Amino acid sequence: MPDSTDALETFRGEARAWLEENFPKSIAHRGSELIGMEHVAEDADLDLWCQRLGAKGWATPTWPSEYGGGGLSQLEAEVLRKEMSALGAFNPLTVKAGMGITMVGPTILEYGTEEQKQRHIPPICRGEVFWALGYSEPNAGSDLASLQCKAEDKGDHWLVNGQKTWTSGANIAQWIGCLVRTDPDAPKRDGISFLILDMNQPGIETRPIELIAGASPFCETFFNDATTPKGELLGPLNGGWTVGKRLLQHERASQTGARGAGGAAAKKSIHALAKEYVGTDAEGRVADPELRTRITAHLMNAKAQNLTLSRMIAEARGNAKVSATASIMKNAASDVSQERAELAIEILGHSGLGWEGDPFEDHELEAVRHWLSGKAISIYGGSYEIQNNIIAKNILGLPESTQRG
Amino acid sequence: MAALTEEQNLLKEQAKTWAGEEAPVAKFREMRDRKTEAGFDKATWAGIGELGWPGIVVPEAFGGVDMGHLTFGVVLEELGRQLTASPLLASGLVGANALRLAGSEAQQSAWLPGIADATAIVTLAVDERPHHAPYGTALQAEKTGAGYRLSGEKKHVLEGGSADAFVVVARTGGKPGDAEGLSLFLVEAGQGGVSSQRLTLADSRGYANVNFDGVEVGADALLGSEGGAAPVLDQILDRARAGLAAEMLGVAGQSFDMTLDYLKNRVQFGEVIGGFQALGHRAAECFTKLELTRSCVEAALQAIDEAGDSHSQELALLCSLSKAKAGDFLHHMSNEMIQLHGGIGVTDEFDAGLYLKRARATEATFGNASFHRDRYATLLGY
Ligand SMILES: Cc1cc2nc3c(=O)[nH]c(=O)nc-3n(C[C@H](O)[C@H](O)[C@H](O)COP(=O)(O)OP(=O)(O)OC[C@H]3O[C@@H](n4cnc5c(N)ncnc54)[C@H](O)[C@@H]3O)c2cc1C
Ligand SMILES: Cc1cc2nc3c(=O)[nH]c(=O)nc-3n(C[C@H](O)[C@H](O)[C@H](O)COP(=O)(O)OP(=O)(O)OC[C@H]3O[C@@H](n4cnc5c(N)ncnc54)[C@H](O)[C@@H]3O)c2cc1C
Repeated sequence: MPDSTDALETFRGEARAWLEENFPKSIAHRGSELIGMEHVAEDADLDLWCQRLGAKGWATPTWPSEYGGGGLSQLEAEVLRKEMSALGAFNPLTVKAGMGITMVGPTILEYGTEEQKQRHIPPICRGEVFWALGYSEPNAGSDLASLQCKAEDKGDHWLVNGQKTWTSGANIAQWIGCLVRTDPDAPKRDGISFLILDMNQPGIETRPIELIAGASPFCETFFNDATTPKGELLGPLNGGWTVGKRLLQHERASQTGARGAGGAAAKKSIHALAKEYVGTDAEGRVADPELRTRITAHLMNAKAQNLTLSRMIAEARGNAKVSATASIMKNAASDVSQERAELAIEILGHSGLGWEGDPFEDHELEAVRHWLSGKAISIYGGSYEIQNNIIAKNILGLPESTQRG
Repeated sequence: MAALTEEQNLLKEQAKTWAGEEAPVAKFREMRDRKTEAGFDKATWAGIGELGWPGIVVPEAFGGVDMGHLTFGVVLEELGRQLTASPLLASGLVGANALRLAGSEAQQSAWLPGIADATAIVTLAVDERPHHAPYGTALQAEKTGAGYRLSGEKKHVLEGGSADAFVVVARTGGKPGDAEGLSLFLVEAGQGGVSSQRLTLADSRGYANVNFDGVEVGADALLGSEGGAAPVLDQILDRARAGLAAEMLGVAGQSFDMTLDYLKNRVQFGEVIGGFQALGHRAAECFTKLELTRSCVEAALQAIDEAGDSHSQELALLCSLSKAKAGDFLHHMSNEMIQLHGGIGVTDEFDAGLYLKRARATEATFGNASFHRDRYATLLGY
């Protein structure tokens, strides 16, 4: 039995030895900088770590080794994860690959032809390519199936015209996975295909979107007679809706950890911040008892979220499939994360509203940006409300809501 | 709920029209993008001066119109809807009330006419830490032969960079935390030892940290009695809180209207999203809370007017109630506005973010909801 306790312990030893030898200690605490989409300062050791991790296949530990993955079982991957965090090591390739590792890769592995796997998977494993995702359009957000961007069959290639929006990192991406309409006459969901396009071509233009938190990696992407070879259709023709939904489950699964640990709260716990900014009473407790209660409630919420995540991982052991419970976890994670950011702003008081300039400390300025950028967590990857619809329908078995009585 | 008089209704219409035409949110955005040093548009402020609004609570003898706080609230609410930035609240409401309630005849005639016609900005310099704590004042006013010497720093002073004079909360006795020993001083911005550092906050309005480095003032700079300023300071602050709550009500009301409009127009799944019960119910709950908030804000403003120049516990309760309720509702409403707009709500191009940022800044000013819930309990004696 490959996952017997003995075998796992042997693997633990191997993993630890490899990490000790290969992970540059100098970057041990830079993992938090990689949260979300933030760009990370250049660093030779970080580059080295990316190369080593990629070459070993451990940035994508459970992917098949024939395509450059680590070939590990889920249990081994869990052991690896623990060993990494014990050392302060982290996986920077999930950011370097854009949506490659978290979303597109697993979908290609599931639906791709042998040729597509050979072409696309190894560079993802090595963190050499950045993937963007072209799903949303101005009039197709929650209602993704109403998308209009179209691809026409031109014999040996597809011709693509239309607009996508919110394409994260499209300005730096080499590849984009798009949902496009290939049959305008079919019912909404039946005329959609999943197409892969090379971003480096004259038919594709990107325009950045500025967010309330400032500059962002999100773009509007325009296709004007863009092309891609016939072989870049992922999954069946007009069967893109199924492929695309599957990818979204991977997306949700990747968004189930509370991101609230970023910004101010990453470096200091929320209660330490409160002691510093609000002050303490004679017994050393946070001076504002109401705030103290709310912080405590938040910490309990965060703990409950975390325990649920662990329980779900434990229960899913050996079962790589992501399920509808990803919706529960995504909503719980956005609650916790937004709650923490709001509390941080309140605790910092006026100091937490600084936008720029010397009178504010770096972590204060980070807190305000973090609070604002975090507002998107409950919108992207299927909004809070859409996840609730999925929970009601797919988990609880409630009927599709009839809107009017 | 306060029913507005015909005069107040007319003023409301005037303010609505003026703000929509002369100082709409687009103008605020433009001001932000230009990174205007003052944090407000000078021409807009002059326009407000011409309309006479900075003189709404200034007595007629000093160039004002003395129309009361409910009337002022009506204007502040309408300007709040457009996020109009100006020293109207800081000077016309807070500065004017400080002088009106605590100033001598001479101080009033020196400053109130300028406040009323918007040629002078007088603001209150109270807090010294990131949180509102008037009694926490540590800034010292030492008695000298000729008057007093002020030393200390005030943080996050509203319009502190453009003020002509500050009403400074200082300590002539006691220790930080005590109500006893607080005094108010009127200090001109140009006085030796006064310096300010402009702050850029998320809401893009005008704030500064103001330093008082051994500032020498005469005995005539004292506003009211020495060491006994706490009650009048509370009264000034309560008026500030109720007025700010009116502005917040406007910010929230506009957030609600814009959201409702979006719910009625954005189509997904072949239907306007407001048709989804999950969203319709949230709009309904927001509306209910909006009405509750309005009642609290108007009741506080009306009670101020009815009390004349006196203060009472009942009035203090209403002011804390209105600030706490406005804070909670605006907080909720600004978050709902973003969420219900989906992706567009988090883009800088769309106005929702400007409302969200104003929301948090106003929440923190003159005591957040937590501060006022605590004060409410304390006033009720538990
Ligand atoms: C920061 C950010 C990054 C993103 N990254 C990507 C990306 O990389 N690639 C990509 O393709 N897309 C991306 N998106 C787009 C994202 O998936 C959409 O914004 C999201 O699906 C919501 O769509 P919408 O913005 O059009 O809102 P709408 O669908 O218009 O929704 C507006 C509001 O109505 C609610 N609503 C809609 N339908 C229902 C319903 N049936 N029941 C109840 N409530 C409903 C929503 O929850 C929301 O509150 C990103 C978005 C953001 C903000
Ligand atoms: C203490 C008490 C006193 C009462 N007194 C009287 C009386 O004097 N005279 C009299 O005639 N009746 C009386 N009623 C009955 C009362 O009017 C009904 O209980 C009420 O109308 C709800 O009906 P229901 O209990 O069948 O619940 P249902 O209608 O079955 O509702 C169950 C749940 O579904 C929700 N729901 C139902 N429809 C919708 C919808 N379209 N959208 C969203 N949610 C929905 C409800 O809000 C509720 O939460 C009384 C009830 C109680 C509990």
